[in-house]
Amino acid sequence: MRYVMVIDTNKCVGCSDCVVACQVENHVPMGYCRDWVVETVNGTYPSVSFEFRSERCNHCDNAPCVRTCPTGASHIIEGGIVLVTPEECIGCGACIESCPYDARYPHPEEGHVDKCTFCNHRLEKGELPACVSVCPTKCMYFGDLDDANSDVSKLLATRQHKVLAPEAGTKPRVYYLI
Amino acid sequence: METTRRDFIKISSLGAGGVALTSTTIPLSGIFGKKKPALDDEKLTKIPTYCDICFWKCAAWAFVDATGKIRKLEGNKNDLLDRGRLCPRGTGGIGAYYDDDRLKTPLVRIEEDGEQVFKEASWEEALDLVANKMKEIKEKHGPESFALLKHGSPGKHFAHLFQAYGSNTIAEPAFAQCRGPRDVGFKLTFGKPPGSPENTDLRDAKCIVLIGSHIGENMHNSQVQELSDAIDKGVSIITVDPRLSTVANKSKFWLPIRPSTDMALLLSWMHVLIYEELYDKEYVEKNTTGFEELKKHVRQFTPEWAYPITDIKPEMIRKSAREMAISAPSTIVHPGRHVVWYGDDTQRSRAIAILNALLGSWGRRGGFYFSEKMRIPKYPQPPYPKPKWDAHTLSHHFPFANHGVTGDVIKASLIEKTKEHHVKAWMVAGTNLTKSVPERAVIESAINELEFLVVVDTMPMEITGYADVILPECTYLERYDQLRNSSWRTPSVALRMPAVKPKYQSKPAWWMAKQLGERLGLQDYFDYEDYEEVIKWQLEHVGTSLEEMKHLGVKNYDRRSKNLYMDEKATQKFKTPSGKIELYSQKLKDAGFEPFPVYKEHERPPKNYLRMIYGRAPMHTFSKTVNNPYLNELKNENLLWINPRVAKKWNLHYGQKVWLKNQDGVISTFPIKVRMTERIRWDSIYMVHGFGHNNKNLTRAYSKGASDTKLISKILTDPIMGGTGLRGNFVTILTEEPTKNIES
Repeated sequence: MRYVMVIDTNKCVGCSDCVVACQVENHVPMGYCRDWVVETVNGTYPSVSFEFRSERCNHCDNAPCVRTCPTGASHIIEGGIVLVTPEECIGCGACIESCPYDARYPHPEEGHVDKCTFCNHRLEKGELPACVSVCPTKCMYFGDLDDANSDVSKLLATRQHKVLAPEAGTKPRVYYLI
Repeated sequence: METTRRDFIKISSLGAGGVALTSTTIPLSGIFGKKKPALDDEKLTKIPTYCDICFWKCAAWAFVDATGKIRKLEGNKNDLLDRGRLCPRGTGGIGAYYDDDRLKTPLVRIEEDGEQVFKEASWEEALDLVANKMKEIKEKHGPESFALLKHGSPGKHFAHLFQAYGSNTIAEPAFAQCRGPRDVGFKLTFGKPPGSPENTDLRDAKCIVLIGSHIGENMHNSQVQELSDAIDKGVSIITVDPRLSTVANKSKFWLPIRPSTDMALLLSWMHVLIYEELYDKEYVEKNTTGFEELKKHVRQFTPEWAYPITDIKPEMIRKSAREMAISAPSTIVHPGRHVVWYGDDTQRSRAIAILNALLGSWGRRGGFYFSEKMRIPKYPQPPYPKPKWDAHTLSHHFPFANHGVTGDVIKASLIEKTKEHHVKAWMVAGTNLTKSVPERAVIESAINELEFLVVVDTMPMEITGYADVILPECTYLERYDQLRNSSWRTPSVALRMPAVKPKYQSKPAWWMAKQLGERLGLQDYFDYEDYEEVIKWQLEHVGTSLEEMKHLGVKNYDRRSKNLYMDEKATQKFKTPSGKIELYSQKLKDAGFEPFPVYKEHERPPKNYLRMIYGRAPMHTFSKTVNNPYLNELKNENLLWINPRVAKKWNLHYGQKVWLKNQDGVISTFPIKVRMTERIRWDSIYMVHGFGHNNKNLTRAYSKGASDTKLISKILTDPIMGGTGLRGNFVTILTEEPTKNIES
């Protein structure tokens, strides 16, 4: 079992439904977010194009946050999901510093570090992460890369794709179809 | 009341005895307090609703916990409009309920120590006051002099009250400030407007042509979903826009046109389709009238003619026209929605309709389907009295205005403009008039002359500041409303019922209408205790029940008519005078207008001015969602899009706060931050509509960004139907704060 997320930038319209759905689903405090949308523009008018990307924790195979965590609060569970155990987190912020994706934030009231969980609580019930299930363009796919018949495996086998900050060597598990 | 100056009052200016409304901000931990685990759906109750954050009306479920709190909203998977996926506004719709800036009690304007203030009032007191004013206006001037300016669900309840009362002086910005020209243009051509939702078969389209329409930024849910499906199937998109919009970026052809010259491009496309013989000959022969005249008319409009006008190279015009023809009839030249641009908008919509006719896409798979809605019987009521005059009387100078024209109702309230039909009082329900209608100065003058103004809203929008009485409406999550009856590929009904009790003292619009009706002796028009009875009765007449609908939320039905598309073997009858698709419009000719669209040059920006273009952001609806705590998190201000080369000339830097001044010297109330981007032409600026709120009681929205509407003081009127063209305004940039001009 190896959970991955695949996001088709050709379909994304940058509406941020993924952001608000996550906020509601996971009680993300106001002013913070576990996922966000980035726009990068290339070229000069009128030879110009841009890309929208819904970004979040990349649930890296080689996760620097897990390596740097002094207490073991940041850990990897079955399926490769990187989680934080709030009770074990001392809020030192080492993981925040080490993350090349800026995916973590200190919870302003509870003190621990917080981030995307791939909606593990929904996966346990056989549901998709909130961001994936709400997306009006259906540009987000979620599934098991170990299963050759899954949508995500098929998409990655047939479509051109990229990951963010590959040079960091983190082996991220959020892929972008380009 | 004399025609004294009606001061704009901040709602917190309560008179003695009133309790100042606090505007607490939502705590960081969100609206549910600390230490809440992620949601467990099994412990939540699902209540059906349909969304009210925009006009698309997606069916949804409100999830309510054991303590009676709404925890989240999700789309209804059985709804063909949203297929279980709400847009960001729908998902964030719970913020409309939790927004603590909401209107909480009825408020009444009083004068205290020479100052006008609002005083909290009981419902009895407020409703008595409104009903007495309605009686007084009726006696003094006739009921027609009390106008209703409305939008959406609340508007429908009050339209019923007003018609029972004897006034059909009713208008909504949705016509003259939005889609009127398109509906009229398509009706003249095909005998039918595209409707809402539009009957565009995007799902199966092979080519989609968008003229300034920015699907994906206008988050019309089904259209965004179907566009995305079409992208999966390899659709080719052609976008005409001076800005690299979200959808322009996904297009095979982006035509970065010089603003205001779309008509020239459309005419040259017709030229190419006809003279390269790419049009659907059989379809045109069988279904249309006026082709030979059209052929003669567009002969001169070559791509070479259009090039210096539009900045689009002839080769690009030809290539894109051929692309449309290759995919025809599964090619949609999209009618758009907000199309009041340059005052020749009905004619531009006609040009779009004619292109579709040439491509044979009306009534074809992947083009325009024949939509159908339910026949829901009207709850029994006496017939409405016939008013002596109505909104149409006020707009007689616009022969094709088939809905009330907001501007004419407003102008009929100005003494010097009015001869016989004088509007003396308004109810404004569900529309923030100073942000939805241009020409702020005219609106303010009209309001000053009114004898009475009552405003119904959920939020302290700017328009409430001018009111004599404010009635706080509860949100859609707290009320019953009309059944949703959307036109679509197949008909359906959807139920909206209260998920929770109304917060504060707020009440549903149906209740207010009934209460006022009873006070006016119109109880026969409101023969029910609760609107639930109306819904129940109607549902039983369409073969279901309230009980069933509580479980389903939305019920889909089979079509009554067989054909979703044109029956190729039969002769199609169109609801036009000739029974055919009218390429040539005798009706327009008879009314003194051009029977074919023609290109007219529009004014270009003067030196040191840029054309002001505005549009939508996917997380907001008009000006009404900016204060929603969830949606405000996504976008809390608009930015000034400006080409980097222009920004350099003006010596601007990213994030710099600037003020805008238009051609008439109107200055933005608040500054707007500069966003240098290559996505916008050098002769234009762009901003998202709906920002720059000036009511402090909208604590999150107040002073954030600039209001495009305020900067629209010049109107290019569509003589055919009264549309208010809004794109003829130009702005220059002020880097120093102008004289303090923040309104009260």
